[in-house]
Amino acid sequence: MSAPVRDPVPTSPGVPDGGGRRRGFGRPTRVVRALGGRVSLRLDVRTLAVCAALALVGLALGVVALTTGDYPLSVPQVLDALVGAADGPVRLVVVEWRLPRALLALVLGAALGTSGAIFQSITRNPLGSPDVIGFSTGAYTGALVVILVVGGGYAGVAAGALVGGVLTAAAVYLLAYRRGVQGFRLVVVGIAVSAMLASVNQWLVVTADLETAMAAAVWGAGSLHGATWAQAAPASVLAVLLVLPLAWLAPRMGLLELGDDAATALGLRTERVRLALVVVGVALTALATAAAGPIAFVALAAPQLARRLTGAPGVRLLPAAAMGAVLLAASDLVAQRAFAPTQLPVGVVTVSLGGVYLVWLLVREARK
Amino acid sequence: MPPSSLAGTPADAPVTDAAPRADRLHADGITVGYDDRVIARGLDVSIPDGSFTVIVGPNACGKSTLLRALSRLLKPSRGQVVLDGRSISSIPAKEVARRLGLLPQSSIAPEGITVADLVARGRYPHQTLLRQWSREDEAAVLGALAATGTTGLADRLVDELSGGQRQRVWVAMVLAQETPILLLDEPTTFLDIAHQIELLELCTDLNRDRGHTLVAVLHDLNHACRYATHLIAMKDGAIVAEGAPGDVVTAALVEDVFGLPCRIIPDPVTGTPLVVPEGRPRRA
Repeated sequence: MSAPVRDPVPTSPGVPDGGGRRRGFGRPTRVVRALGGRVSLRLDVRTLAVCAALALVGLALGVVALTTGDYPLSVPQVLDALVGAADGPVRLVVVEWRLPRALLALVLGAALGTSGAIFQSITRNPLGSPDVIGFSTGAYTGALVVILVVGGGYAGVAAGALVGGVLTAAAVYLLAYRRGVQGFRLVVVGIAVSAMLASVNQWLVVTADLETAMAAAVWGAGSLHGATWAQAAPASVLAVLLVLPLAWLAPRMGLLELGDDAATALGLRTERVRLALVVVGVALTALATAAAGPIAFVALAAPQLARRLTGAPGVRLLPAAAMGAVLLAASDLVAQRAFAPTQLPVGVVTVSLGGVYLVWLLVREARK
Repeated sequence: MPPSSLAGTPADAPVTDAAPRADRLHADGITVGYDDRVIARGLDVSIPDGSFTVIVGPNACGKSTLLRALSRLLKPSRGQVVLDGRSISSIPAKEVARRLGLLPQSSIAPEGITVADLVARGRYPHQTLLRQWSREDEAAVLGALAATGTTGLADRLVDELSGGQRQRVWVAMVLAQETPILLLDEPTTFLDIAHQIELLELCTDLNRDRGHTLVAVLHDLNHACRYATHLIAMKDGAIVAEGAPGDVVTAALVEDVFGLPCRIIPDPVTGTPLVVPEGRPRRA
């Protein structure tokens, strides 16, 4: 009768290897303890480094966005404008015109990346992102109904998109519900609902008169063009508020990835946590859609690209958010400058980039 | 030397105090099932403290359902599961998870997770928003890795492990939870014979040396006879027999529960009952 092999101990979790660095999780880890052990954290060094690098890239893209345009500015000029030391026209261009757009690109990108990470984690499927399972399509339906029926301005369309997205999410969740929600059901039901809503959208656009249809199509492409503080300020505040509960939800999300039985056994109220995650995820997508129209593929691509960089298990929220911000900020720069002075909707750029990414993802998944 | 079992109803347990002693974990008159399909009706089960209890029975007899009910994965439609004198559904989920651990039949290791990281997730019931990685967490994970002989695997990816190693890692995760009671749902399925024995001996060590109360659902009756200190035999959602394997396992019981004519001989190694099926012996 062979006893289990008791291996010698080459490395062990949390054993310092000098300099406060700890090995033993198979990757460099840093443990922070303070206040006599009342506060403690385990940090993954590579994940932190990736997040910091992405944040820097995002910041750099933001600065580039502030300097470029029909009225080129230098970096010192931009910085002066930001601290309020610039004269009238420069200040107007930087603070009133370019800053809201650049900020919105970063914030909405982060919101979409986070939302994508949430849904990909819940469904345990890289295809489980909110744009694939119908929420963006539903938000578009809501916006279309407002544009065609009420004809209403920005706030009305945003509200329509919000309602449409949330109702679609509720419908998908309920249709996929059977003694709890399983990831794969959510993906399949979501794709079906998305396809149906897409044809509804097409029908709505086709039956509208030309001018309204054009307006709807422009909104439907997803654009940050002409973004002002009226959009950027509330969207940023809301995004921050929505991200707060994630500090509590993030470790629970990691446990849900072990399967419902294991998570329950570890003391997690799985359905409650999942519902909370769905609510936050839908709200983040709805926020982005309401502010800028449906911007596809950021939510799909950001979490997976971030995962490739961090090499961490499962999808993580923070890297996905940082990657989303970088993707959308970069896409918006391309949308602004690629065919300048003609402005492309940023949604067109993300769809083009995302299409390539989706093909790669499908090929890779099919090979498994 | 199996400890004397305190099986059955409190009535026939040895009365040492004025009140009959209740075990930490028991189910009182539970009716369990899925949706409208009732699997077991009015079950009374008590898990003797300090025992290695094994639940056996034919496929679909309700043994896994009973374990799911005991681990509060499944809420009984009638009756209640009692942990430490309180209905388990009235105890906060995290608090239950500090007393009772479960190795489910199927768990998913996230892609790219290392062994130590997976085992560390077993510490969740002991962690708070501010205290996410205490010295106790570290010690518990080290202890769990050592107890399951997986210390050397700590840095490896779970995806790369063999089935036997992976199952030991999952056991380590449940051990890191540091619960006095451990429930294991068919822990030996998908393992080859050597790894089955290895895992069962690990269970015996946990029970005997570390004082864990263990409850496992097993398919193999001979494994159950050899390793259990307390056996619960089920058939059609009811309990047919319970007690020390040496006392309850008879040819008549096996024929009744499994419909298998057999002989019982003493295990040449341990002396515990060994079930030898009659079958239709073919000779060359």
